[in-house]
Amino acid sequence: MMDDLINQTALVAFIAAAFRSAVPVAFAALGAMWSERAGVYNVGLEGSILMGAFGAAVGTYWSGSPAVGAVTGLAAGVMLGALQALLTVWMRSDQLVSGIAVNLFCAGLTAFLSRLVFGEKGSTTLPGLVPIPLPVLVDVPVLGPSLFRQDALAYLLMVVACISSWLLYRTHAGLALRATGESPRAADSAGVSVRKLRTLAVVASSALASLGGAHLVLAQIHLFAENMSGGRGFLALAIVILGRWSPGGAVLAAAFFGVCEAAQLSLQFTHPAVPYQLFLMLPYLASIAALVGLAGRSRAPEAVGKPYDRESR
Amino acid sequence: MGLSGASPWPAYQALFTTAFADYWGFASTLVKTCPILLAALAVAVPLRAGLFNIGAEGQIYCGALFATLAGLALPELPAGVGSCLVMLAAMAGGALWAGLPGYLKAYRGVNEVIVTLLLNFVAIQMVSWAVSGPLMAQGAPYPYSDELAESLRLPIVLPQTDAHAGIVIALGLAVLVHLHLRYTAHGHALDLVGRNLQAAAYAGVRVRRELLLAMLGGGALAGLAGGLEVLGLKYRLFHLFSPGYGFDGIVVAFMAAANMAWLPVAALLMGGLKAAAGGMQRAVGVPGTLVDALQGLVVIFIAASHGFSLRAMREHWAGARRAQGSAQKLQTTRTATPKGT
Repeated sequence: MMDDLINQTALVAFIAAAFRSAVPVAFAALGAMWSERAGVYNVGLEGSILMGAFGAAVGTYWSGSPAVGAVTGLAAGVMLGALQALLTVWMRSDQLVSGIAVNLFCAGLTAFLSRLVFGEKGSTTLPGLVPIPLPVLVDVPVLGPSLFRQDALAYLLMVVACISSWLLYRTHAGLALRATGESPRAADSAGVSVRKLRTLAVVASSALASLGGAHLVLAQIHLFAENMSGGRGFLALAIVILGRWSPGGAVLAAAFFGVCEAAQLSLQFTHPAVPYQLFLMLPYLASIAALVGLAGRSRAPEAVGKPYDRESR
Repeated sequence: MGLSGASPWPAYQALFTTAFADYWGFASTLVKTCPILLAALAVAVPLRAGLFNIGAEGQIYCGALFATLAGLALPELPAGVGSCLVMLAAMAGGALWAGLPGYLKAYRGVNEVIVTLLLNFVAIQMVSWAVSGPLMAQGAPYPYSDELAESLRLPIVLPQTDAHAGIVIALGLAVLVHLHLRYTAHGHALDLVGRNLQAAAYAGVRVRRELLLAMLGGGALAGLAGGLEVLGLKYRLFHLFSPGYGFDGIVVAFMAAANMAWLPVAALLMGGLKAAAGGMQRAVGVPGTLVDALQGLVVIFIAASHGFSLRAMREHWAGARRAQGSAQKLQTTRTATPKGT
């Protein structure tokens, strides 16, 4: 009886931890999905997460309210997305190079500004988002307390995933966006504004990733640290492939990442002999395996990575 | 600059003096230039064949791991022989790490950008596991390996500094790679593959083999960068020893994309920027992290101003149909060295 209870609490804690670590990656992966579906590799997601995290930390620090922080984080992400769209869509610079440049810029800028704002020692603990138990659902055994006692941003993720799926597959705009990613010229001839859609998709993508960064600060770590994005933006690019460029797939693949992360954390405590790095590698290895396995069967949007120029043939 | 309350001019001056006009500063510039130059070559060689190697960072780690394994396993050997063997091991490690995505790209059609990117993280974790587990030095306070024997270490080129012979090796290889790509039949074949896959295949080039070879060569160069860090600078393998040299290499490779001869110059600039970050902080109290932000801005400007020419190059190397036209454009394009810093 006692054992059962302990096992159950451990399981609840595990699922909750997995879900928590999946949230930022899932946000970024949804972002990557949106921009790639429109035909743009957003390699700058790593920077968007950092900017979101930094914006959230500063907003919360100055206002004392994590809700304000989430909004400032989002605003930082939107601004970075606009820059990214300017570079990739309007100036048609190379998407990989501009993405990497944006990442370098954000890493330096946030580290620099965080010393100006928080001083040399880095930020102090910030107030975070409080978990909100959802009525009724929270009473479901095991799943209730682990999945439905989360913060507002985690619920927002679920909502955003559903809306993304609906927008992408069930609306005219979604169809136009998918066409833009597959064959911009055909979409253009059909009267779709390729630049406008791609700009919107890139800005949305950066905004979503910045929400992931805000979640990192407001619901997990409660302070801003240099380079706290830790490769999640890059992982998101892989997760999109694992999830076959669909919103639902992206969320599921992110959940797999969350499970690996949680397993790694709990293993460090319970079984120090098992190398925890193995679990940190696992999502990356799984993504590569999926890429190899899916080669030829699942494919990226046809025009992804290619800047579109109306005037060229 | 203005934001942090220091006046910009002395700061820029300090940046330059520390990086290039000061003996110890210049030595530290050279130390940083060595891995950056090799990493840039590791990106530039596959790029010539139209492949994007975003995984130089991981290849650096894998090379360093192999170098450490070889260095710790080797018996006493005459001076020089041991170091060469360790360097070969490092190149093998890097080549292995790049060969996997190269093979997948050439024979299975898997996107090399994503695979090289992901393998970075796998390599970093692998090294982290190695130095905190099987390779960890006894009684080490944090994860690092045993020290390599003194006979294996590279000589110092500037007395009383850290500047090791690795920079000479890197420069030599840069020249060799440039000459190879420019003047040999094989270099020409690689270029052809990069310009137009179908045409290359039609001309009798074994395209798949060339793609794999380009990745192997690039990986070996990045692996050597990792090996030289161990042999010349640290003398042991550390957890997280590379501060993103692989990513700096990508930036440098693109700065000098139009003409390989500029590669060492661009690498030296980047190395100087990195080395000076600390100096600037001491001189005018501007945090070194600002240099990172500046560096990103420089690349953003280059990427933006070269939007058209980079696009031309991308098509050129990715084998787009209009190879002819963009090739002509390319010849008139010269990559400007950054003036913004």
